[in-house]
Amino acid sequence: MPGTCYVNQNSFLASSTFRLALLYVILFTVSVLVLFSFIYWSSARYMGTQSDAAIRSEIATLAERYESRGVPGLRRLILDRITRQQPTGSSLYLLSDPLGRPIVGNISRWPQVIPDDGWLNFNLDARDRDDPGLHPARARRFQLTGGFQLLVGQDIQELKAAQRRVIIALSWGVILTVLLGLAGGFFISRKMLARLEVINETSQRIIAGELKHRVPVSARGDEFDRLSGNLNQMLDQIQELMDGIRQVSDNIAHDLKTPLFRLRQKLESLTGRPSSDAGHREELEDALAEADRLLNLFNALLRIARIESESTKTVMQRLPLSELANDVAEFYEPLADEKHQNLTVSAEDAVVIMADRDMLFQALANLVDNAAKYTPLGGNINLMVSAEKGEARITVCDSGPGIAPGEREKVFQRFYRTDVSRSTPGNGLGLSLVRAVAKLHNAKLTLHDNHPGLCVELALPCAPEELPV
Amino acid sequence: MRILLIEDDPQASRYISRGLREAGHVIAVADNGSDGLAMASHEDYDVLVVDRMLPSMDGLSIVESLREQDNHVPVLILSALGDLEDRVSGLRAGGDDYLPKPFAFEELLARVEALGRRSNQGAVTTHLKVSDLEMDVLARKVQRASQSVNLQPREFRLLEYLMRHSGQVVTRTMLLENVWDYHFDPQTNVIDVHVSRLRSKIDRGFEKPLLHTVRGAGYMLREPE
Repeated sequence: MPGTCYVNQNSFLASSTFRLALLYVILFTVSVLVLFSFIYWSSARYMGTQSDAAIRSEIATLAERYESRGVPGLRRLILDRITRQQPTGSSLYLLSDPLGRPIVGNISRWPQVIPDDGWLNFNLDARDRDDPGLHPARARRFQLTGGFQLLVGQDIQELKAAQRRVIIALSWGVILTVLLGLAGGFFISRKMLARLEVINETSQRIIAGELKHRVPVSARGDEFDRLSGNLNQMLDQIQELMDGIRQVSDNIAHDLKTPLFRLRQKLESLTGRPSSDAGHREELEDALAEADRLLNLFNALLRIARIESESTKTVMQRLPLSELANDVAEFYEPLADEKHQNLTVSAEDAVVIMADRDMLFQALANLVDNAAKYTPLGGNINLMVSAEKGEARITVCDSGPGIAPGEREKVFQRFYRTDVSRSTPGNGLGLSLVRAVAKLHNAKLTLHDNHPGLCVELALPCAPEELPV
Repeated sequence: MRILLIEDDPQASRYISRGLREAGHVIAVADNGSDGLAMASHEDYDVLVVDRMLPSMDGLSIVESLREQDNHVPVLILSALGDLEDRVSGLRAGGDDYLPKPFAFEELLARVEALGRRSNQGAVTTHLKVSDLEMDVLARKVQRASQSVNLQPREFRLLEYLMRHSGQVVTRTMLLENVWDYHFDPQTNVIDVHVSRLRSKIDRGFEKPLLHTVRGAGYMLREPE
């Protein structure tokens, strides 16, 4: 059946498990980003407040010294601090007189920036340091009594660098998270996909007719196993129902056959009696023919049921398909001849298949019989046998009314008859039997348009090469 | 002919034995498998009619043990399984013919008589003659009143079968199985068309027809009365 094969090798990127994995990776990455941002923000803030607190306490210390020892004491202390931390120290000091002239300090002049809440953020020309260049710095100005001004600050190059290192580390963390998430997503999705694929494969095989198949259930007892278990239970129930239906129809046909057969026997013995007059006799024979028709119908139904349930014994043998086609054509030739139909066979000789001879003959006979029935006087019926890439094809084409595309699947149902066929004799079981036989032989059965008319194609695997003995 | 019927269903047994008796045969009946086998082994019959499903011993086993005893009496197996496909196992077990139930009595009678005739025939004759119709099987030549009749290969086989069973009713199914060698249900009356073609070749222009239609049963090729 076309359209039922969803399985293909490129389905991974399109699979919902992959999409789920991707969504998971995205959500996870966003959460990690938020988390890392918080970590960065809080650690950067902590570093900042630490440095500010150090500046504040240094100012307090220096202010205290100024209060107790005056400018000279403060100057000495500042000099002492500067020399002790040279040359790598990050603390900045500047003491200037009320006119703004520097008295002592390790920066040459007041930074020309507008203070923000008492804080000065500026760039420090650090040519004389280990790491020359413009360094960011942060300082606080303090007004000492007597108009002296004190600036205490810090070269925060190191701090900024540390913060950058944190950013870089966290970014790597994010990249790593994405990679790990993707890998994990792939792994998990592939694993889930594999288990789903098993379920899909099993379903496909069941659709293809291997009704006995079941989805494997592992011992884990997880959701997949529950799904598999439920599917299997459903399949069991479907099978039970199907068996039940088959059993019932089988039984009905079987049980009705016996009384019908007795009826037939009675009619038969009545026709045999010499006493009955001619008119009676004819009616009895009509009744007998009717009983035979019913019996044939039941037989046909039972036969299809048996073939479909594979409870019938088959003898698969190597068969030259052309021989079979020629025999069928030869058998129906007089019938076609009566209707002046042109019945031809074009068969490749070497096409050999494995098949049950009688059953395949019956299927072909049904097809040719149909073709002869529906093809108008003087029409054409063609039997073709060919093989291609290990597949043998037998096609029966006619120039009859054909079958509308919408009805092509329905004609295989039991008792289904198209509007055209309702007026012709037949029981509506012919194509059902053909389909049952086709299924038994793993053959593909398709209907095509013959413009005008119908082509029925039966494609079955060629028999394997016979090994020389 | 002496016929042994092994059948456990009393109704079927009555029906078959009455019919065969009316047709002029001598019937012995066994209603279970082991009695049937004993009777078949100790007495001579022309034909055995054996139901496939029997109490104590099934029909196929009976045939198999008879064949092991080198007893080659023709056996017609009746099957309640009613499936065309089961005939394969029936014939493989050594049965000579196979008839699924339910069947028309004419079908059974025709087959029993065909089997009985076969057991009477010794070597296969290659020259057949019915009235003024003659067939040379080896040369594949047919003549009616010394005039050559031209037949297609299948028509030849059809006529050969009818001539070998001349004076007997031959059913459509028997023709299908023996002339076409396929076991199938032809759906339509194709066999009749084949026979009427043959009839036009052998009977047309002759005063007395040889090939007759037997209503409700089949065909018969016989000497004119």
